[in-house]
Amino acid sequence: MSILVIAEHDHHQLKSATLHTLAAATQIGGDLDVLVAGSGCQAVADAVAAIPGVRTVLLADAPAYAHQLAENIARLVVALAPGHRHILAPATTTGKDFMPRVAALLGVNQVSDITAVVGPDSFRRPIYAGNAIATVQVEDPVIVATVRATAFPAVATTGGSAAITPVPEVFEAVRTRFVSESLVESDRPELTSARIVVSGGRGVGSAENFALLYRLADKLGAAVGATRAAVDAGYVPNDLQVGQTGKVVAPDLYIAVGISGAIQHLAGMKESKVIAAINSDAEAPIFQVADYGLVADLFTALPELIDSI
Amino acid sequence: MKVLVAVKRVIDYNVKVRVRADNSNVDLANVKMSINPFCEIAVEESVRLKESGAATEVVVVSIGPKAVQEQIRSALAAGADRGIWVETDDTELSGLAVARLLAQVVRDEQPGLVLLGKQAIDTDNNQTGQMLAALLDWPQATFASKLEVKGAEVEVTREIDGGLQTLALTLPAVVTADLRLNTPRYIKLPDIMKAKRKPLATTSPAALAVGPGTGVKLLGVTPPTERRGGIKVESVAALVDCLKNQAQVL
Ligand SMILES: Cc1cc2nc3c(=O)[nH]c(=O)nc-3n(C[C@H](O)[C@H](O)[C@H](O)COP(=O)(O)OP(=O)(O)OC[C@H]3O[C@@H](n4cnc5c(N)ncnc54)[C@H](O)[C@@H]3O)c2cc1C
Ligand SMILES: Cc1cc2nc3c(=O)[nH]c(=O)nc-3n(C[C@H](O)[C@H](O)[C@H](O)COP(=O)(O)OP(=O)(O)OC[C@H]3O[C@@H](n4cnc5c(N)ncnc54)[C@H](O)[C@@H]3O)c2cc1C
Repeated sequence: MSILVIAEHDHHQLKSATLHTLAAATQIGGDLDVLVAGSGCQAVADAVAAIPGVRTVLLADAPAYAHQLAENIARLVVALAPGHRHILAPATTTGKDFMPRVAALLGVNQVSDITAVVGPDSFRRPIYAGNAIATVQVEDPVIVATVRATAFPAVATTGGSAAITPVPEVFEAVRTRFVSESLVESDRPELTSARIVVSGGRGVGSAENFALLYRLADKLGAAVGATRAAVDAGYVPNDLQVGQTGKVVAPDLYIAVGISGAIQHLAGMKESKVIAAINSDAEAPIFQVADYGLVADLFTALPELIDSI
Repeated sequence: MKVLVAVKRVIDYNVKVRVRADNSNVDLANVKMSINPFCEIAVEESVRLKESGAATEVVVVSIGPKAVQEQIRSALAAGADRGIWVETDDTELSGLAVARLLAQVVRDEQPGLVLLGKQAIDTDNNQTGQMLAALLDWPQATFASKLEVKGAEVEVTREIDGGLQTLALTLPAVVTADLRLNTPRYIKLPDIMKAKRKPLATTSPAALAVGPGTGVKLLGVTPPTERRGGIKVESVAALVDCLKNQAQVL
């Protein structure tokens, strides 16, 4: 049986979350077909074709897919579903948006956010903000699952030569209209794939003070993250939120600055390889998960840290 | 326009859940239960739509055993007009079954807008609203941080990985609430008293002609691997030294 993976991309470049999803698919085992749906996304299809182990790249290139609207992508995936035992997508906001729609249209359940493949129909996934890990077995004829990228390695990107097959059908919902998008442009590494993340909480105190974190991040080549409290307070935009309801990160080094360590925040970063924390409160729960804790005022510690690396 | 809002009873977000010793499931005996925080935000948004004149009635629905009436009552205290309790003895309905039950309630009630939380903080599935929209063949907008009814459309700003996206959906539509959509009001005692007299209808999967649904079997639940507690360092210099030489991540 074969596996259909839906690629995540920005129409020009493949997102790394897809490479991690393909690793999960490889662990399940079977022929791999990858759907690239977008508008003007031939370059993405070419990149996917070069991934070793991919059998076919299905290229659905049409303006209807420019904004990855769930209604359109879901109907496209359902049309391509026959013959596939598994349908996988990264558990990004795009995957989370259209995949449950695919599952419901196919009359099956969805397994959300898998972190391990136990067998072809059994998976592990975190529940209760990662405070428990469920092992589930799917009895549905088709397995629809989203994959937590940080839980799987990335597959290689060169050496393959898959065929690219165009998908002529176009699905266009008439009751959903794209109005606008404001995407945050940044020269820093992407939060979910960065090797180092410097993350700030309410303790940072203001948007202006976040400049300290950006300076540290730029010295380290790191991405910047934040807690919900920091986003709610308007210090940083929403795309930086790490946690149960934000992004999940697992960098080599996570530096938590002025962050208390609420379970909802830990859910998004406790799989980091090394955690360092700077907090003025010696009792802050973040120290219970930090490999290295420094009890200090961030406004004196950060400038010193920036100068010493 | 009638607004239907779905609420789930879940473990309170302040409680740290524990896994049962036999690894069969988590231990929910004697833990504090509350309305799912995202559902609370969905309720607040519905009530605000009514207060602004965009909605005429707010109906709240919850699926589960008798105890979910508490969460329906708290939504009524927050300002919803009436409740529907879909009585099930099984707290662990499949995701698709929940969506099918809600779809049947929607067909009966004919709301112009259905609001749900984006995610239940117990099972963290983030799927029910999307499934419901698919079953109804309605447009959807997930992870809403702003919502405005404009004539025959609802305009929704969504929090996505790269920033924000705004969609306009032709009503009827399904919207799921993210954290920054609003801050739910504080419920006052007189509202709790008033809520006790608001109508609450009972129905069942049998009455709605929806089967229990299978498809996913829970084989077991284990605790996550705990991180070993680390060390405290005395200075920035010591921190840099540890990160460079011990952890080798700098
Ligand atoms: C349903 C739900 C979902 C949630 N999802 C998320 C999520 O996805 N992500 C998330 O992060 N949160 C989430 N939260 C919120 C979470 O519960 C916490 O409220 C939040 O993480 C706290 O953020 P914080 O650590 O920045 O703030 P606080 O808890 O206020 O901590 C600030 C810390 O800064 C320290 N500090 C202050 N001044 C200084 C200084 N000068 N120098 C050094 N340290 C200083 C303080 O000692 C304190 O420990 C969620 C909550 C709910 C209910
Ligand atoms: C420990 C545990 C084990 C489970 N095991 C299984 C299993 O083996 N097989 C299986 O199929 N299912 C199982 N379930 C149930 C299933 O995972 C979910 O309850 C179901 O998929 C709905 O998803 P969710 O609750 O995570 O909702 P989400 O999709 O995360 O919730 C989004 C929104 O949907 C609405 N909503 C969800 N549930 C209700 C409700 N009951 N009433 C009203 N509105 C609601 C709310 O507005 C909520 O904010 C289990 C649940 C638990 C707690």
